[in-house]
Amino acid sequence: MAKLNVNPTRMELTTLKRRLKTATRGHKLLKDKQDELMRRFIELIRKNKDLRMDVEEELQGSFKEFLLASATMSPEMLGEAVAFPKENISVDIKKKNVMSVNVPVMKFIRKLEGDEGAIYPYGFAQTSSQLDDAISQLYGVMSKLLELAEVEKACQLMADEIEKTRRRVNALEYRTIPDLEETIRFIRMKLDESERSTITRLMKVKELINKEAQ
Amino acid sequence: MICMFKIAVVGDKDSILAFKALGVDVFTVCDSEEARRTVDTIARNNYGIIFITEQIASLIPDTIERYDNEIIPAVILIPSNQGTLNIGMKRINENVEKAVGSNIL
Repeated sequence: MAKLNVNPTRMELTTLKRRLKTATRGHKLLKDKQDELMRRFIELIRKNKDLRMDVEEELQGSFKEFLLASATMSPEMLGEAVAFPKENISVDIKKKNVMSVNVPVMKFIRKLEGDEGAIYPYGFAQTSSQLDDAISQLYGVMSKLLELAEVEKACQLMADEIEKTRRRVNALEYRTIPDLEETIRFIRMKLDESERSTITRLMKVKELINKEAQ
Repeated sequence: MICMFKIAVVGDKDSILAFKALGVDVFTVCDSEEARRTVDTIARNNYGIIFITEQIASLIPDTIERYDNEIIPAVILIPSNQGTLNIGMKRINENVEKAVGSNIL
């Protein structure tokens, strides 16, 4: 802790007092922000973890089927079977402001082309049944995967913001505010001291004048 | 801001070919140099989400980190057909540690 390097004048005192008031208010607001961010973050990160575990597990299953499919089919046939997808996924990303963090809100638009019903973009004659399983599993996990994308990105952004806010709160709490308080105390003492010395000088002068008059 | 974004998957061919059947754009890469270039290119080309297999992601951690602080694109790790490397989980835990200060999960 160190006092700031300022002149001990009344004007400085007023300025510093104003700064201290702003700093205290800022500290309170930032602290509130940090608490609220933390609350939301913890909610979100729990969801994120669960989602990721689910998704990883389900993807493994799908990959396993796909591996079997690629073992029984020739690579060319496999490539050909999936080359022209029937479905079209795009994503609409909007920003949502959560405590000054811009969090993405993703809306997914899945379009099925052509006939409704089957999700497989190929005929069944020359493909193995494992491929059907792989793709239907993947189709099922896709919505979770997309949700995971949204949640995980939000978590990343929020973690960053929480760290920044915490640094600011700490800087205000342990550095700016104590410094200001100490400097204000120093200026007050200095001003009091000079006031006292003025009074004593005046008393002394008066005494001298009285002596002269006698 | 309302824009339509596409979805991309980056990884080795055997793992991600199945995604193609769902209408997601698939980019197959083999080495780190190619992966880095591909990710940077698709990040610029109006892709909102990039799924990347952990095997490939482990080769290019710097590139992945660069997109951490941006809203678009979201780079999300997925396991590949050789199983998970737990990098995705590790990243979640890192986020928790960064935000909370200790691992509470």
